[in-house]
Amino acid sequence: MRRLLIFSAALFVSGAVSAAGEMLHKECAACHNLAGPVAQTLNEAITRKGPDLSYAGNKYRQEWLESWLQKPYRIRPAGMFYGDHIKPGSDGDEVDPGTLADHVSLAGADAVAIVAELMKLRPHDDLIAKEKIEPGSIIKQMGEMSFDKFWGCMACHRIESDYGGLSGPEVYTAGQRLQPEFIASFIRNPQAWEPRTWMPNKGVSEGGIQKMVQYIELLGKESVNGQ
Amino acid sequence: MVSRLLLVALLAVTVLPVQAKESAADNYRVYCVQCHGSQGDGKGINARDMSVVPRDHTDAKAMSGRSDDMLFKVIKEGGSSVSKSVLMPPWGGTFSDEEIQDLVQYLRTLCKCKFGS
Repeated sequence: MRRLLIFSAALFVSGAVSAAGEMLHKECAACHNLAGPVAQTLNEAITRKGPDLSYAGNKYRQEWLESWLQKPYRIRPAGMFYGDHIKPGSDGDEVDPGTLADHVSLAGADAVAIVAELMKLRPHDDLIAKEKIEPGSIIKQMGEMSFDKFWGCMACHRIESDYGGLSGPEVYTAGQRLQPEFIASFIRNPQAWEPRTWMPNKGVSEGGIQKMVQYIELLGKESVNGQ
Repeated sequence: MVSRLLLVALLAVTVLPVQAKESAADNYRVYCVQCHGSQGDGKGINARDMSVVPRDHTDAKAMSGRSDDMLFKVIKEGGSSVSKSVLMPPWGGTFSDEEIQDLVQYLRTLCKCKFGS
């Protein structure tokens, strides 16, 4: 009897996983690249409807992704490629909100099962293994000064909901969303992950990368507490 | 000798990642417009909160005061390399030198100007 129960449970789990796999490859794949390789040309990069998920397991925090899929919100204020979502305004370009689409939300079990599949996608374990996140903390004002004034990252990223650039993903939730090793690796060499990304390699020093990771994690924690 | 050369050439092709060259108009639209604006006038969607406003590429007077070499350097190495704003990032990790040279010429079409004119 006990064996039968275990067998039934195993069937149920494998059924849920295969259903998740099917949903992933049928529905999610309509907008997301799952199989790789990442966009190699500009046209491939700007015609993507959603973030490349072929390295999702190297990038996202599992618990955040599960939660976000159940209650998605906009992370990129101007969409995947800002160029498709701007219009001329009285004082220059502005985001055209009518062109932005919302992400579908999933039921809890589906989100958990799909994320379990996504976390298996880890083609860049090599890049992640190169990163060593040093324990430490940073005073918020110091982090902000480095981010805004020293490295100029605020040009494209927001450090709070109404301050900073619009073409890049918001940074004040990045600490919740992303694995710290990914943050470090992406700052170090964005083109190693996405050759045509519009995130430049700013040649940030090792110390600067550690500071940025600490600052982004701090912002993420404050953002959670503020909600 | 010939076979060695062939081997080196083959290795260069297989080992070095070769990116297809993109046009200056496409590169400008994707990488520059976010700050310099869809009209090239410095009024991109990122400009609002910047402490130093992005350069107006249609400003012939200002742009004619910058040599092609300086424009190349600022695109490749960033604003701080020429004592300008750090908000202008270095794009040397994104573009090939050839693409940067094409972008310099593209800027000349936007300002309808040459250095010193």
